[in-house]
Amino acid sequence: MYNFLVDILGNEIIVMIITASLPLFLFVIPFALVAVYAERKVSAHMQDRLGPMRVGYHGLLQTVADILKLFQKEDIVTEKADKSLFNIAPFLVFAGSYAAFAALPFSSIFIGTNTDIGLFYIIAISSLVVAGILMAGWASNNKYSLLGAMRSAAQIISYEIPTALVILSLVMFTGTLNLHTMSELQTSSFLNWNILGGSETGIIKIILIPFMLIGCLILFISTLAEVNRTPFDIPEAESELVAGFHTEYSGMKFAMFFLSEYANMFAVSAIITSVFFGGYQSPFGYLGDLAGIDWLVPIEQLFWFSAKGLFFVFVQMWLRWTLPRLRVDQLMTVCWKYLIPYSFVNLIIIGIITLL
Amino acid sequence: MNIYDIIFYLFAGITIISGFLVVSVKNIVHAAFYLLFTLFGIAGLYVLLGADFIAIVQIMVYVGGILILILFGVMLTNKIVDVEIKSESFQVIPAIIFIGILMGGLVFLMVTTNWENNELIIPLTTTKILGNIILTDYILIFELLGILLLIALIGAATIARKDKV
Repeated sequence: MYNFLVDILGNEIIVMIITASLPLFLFVIPFALVAVYAERKVSAHMQDRLGPMRVGYHGLLQTVADILKLFQKEDIVTEKADKSLFNIAPFLVFAGSYAAFAALPFSSIFIGTNTDIGLFYIIAISSLVVAGILMAGWASNNKYSLLGAMRSAAQIISYEIPTALVILSLVMFTGTLNLHTMSELQTSSFLNWNILGGSETGIIKIILIPFMLIGCLILFISTLAEVNRTPFDIPEAESELVAGFHTEYSGMKFAMFFLSEYANMFAVSAIITSVFFGGYQSPFGYLGDLAGIDWLVPIEQLFWFSAKGLFFVFVQMWLRWTLPRLRVDQLMTVCWKYLIPYSFVNLIIIGIITLL
Repeated sequence: MNIYDIIFYLFAGITIISGFLVVSVKNIVHAAFYLLFTLFGIAGLYVLLGADFIAIVQIMVYVGGILILILFGVMLTNKIVDVEIKSESFQVIPAIIFIGILMGGLVFLMVTTNWENNELIIPLTTTKILGNIILTDYILIFELLGILLLIALIGAATIARKDKV
């Protein structure tokens, strides 16, 4: 894909800029539009309501209308706020969550940068989001914002540990940090997905499955906490903190926080997908292979990647409208007393099985 | 001047300018946030040198760990207690003298050293090589570092523990 674009345009830098912005315009923004609508519909149906119904068919254009409204809103900066930091913070948060998309393999021909340390890079770059959230909370000069930012940062830092441990055990198992290679290893059928013991065979595969399931569960819980979703949404707990670190933001800056929240949701779902559920690989075979049409395969892969990712996004929404919120101390207990020891044990066991 | 030179000067500029601002800005929170850009600039320089793993470790440890801790400390003390903490400069003249001497020494070394000038070969994967080196040649240092970190961890847990009185 990259070489193809270089042939057409003849300039590496222009091609780099285009490939870097492709996921943003082709994926993140449309995804956010759909996801906001889906969130409202999912929540509505779970509570036996109808949700948005008026704009377009069954409210399909509701999000577009909301975006248009946000564009027209006045950009309010509170007088006592630290103006420069207040203005930079939303962009820093969005840059952090968007940077993770650079290493996600959308299909076998499209990956932003096929770097050898993709997974490690994604874990590291998410710290930019923490810095941005702290910046937003502090610059707002509002108690609630500051408290929300502090809680958020503490939460993200704590839950980074189980995430990293589970990913480390899978890195030991597959022997690569490259998300592209990791997806390639889980090819041909869903029996080869890491959640089902990868490409191991026989008795080892059967022993591995329960530990892979535990690992997957830990990864899901801790990434859920990292993106500040319910039941871990104490940074923006509406009933205690108004809206947490983005209480003071309005108009497009608020929209940036919203966009980055949804981008983050997809990014962590994509990590779970690529690590445990075969990445862009189809669970069965490819229609393109059967019919002998080569160009169909990458499109199918893109379909499978987004379908699996969107499924986990749906699970996140489902949990949000099902579970109550945790208290701060419960949140820390879950992470430090349960998830971290379990993931350490899991890491050791998967390591031993891999060595066998 | 090709594209890599431009990128190098961009990152070097970010690093130096924000590094200067870290020490000269009065507002301590702003200084902490300028440090963010300094550390990112350095990570960018590492990437340009082909040390991608080091670059990511730089971001992970310094931005994700140390900088966030600094921010935590500064914010907890600065806004909750109503004391304005400012960073000020004192002992300017001795500082200038000693930094001048240090700078002169570094520049002298830089000019006089006979630098090896090899053709740049960037290995495709550094992670595997690094892992092998750490677990074979530098195993003692690696283990010692592990023990040091463990001691720090136990110490932190002991300090934070509630007294059982």
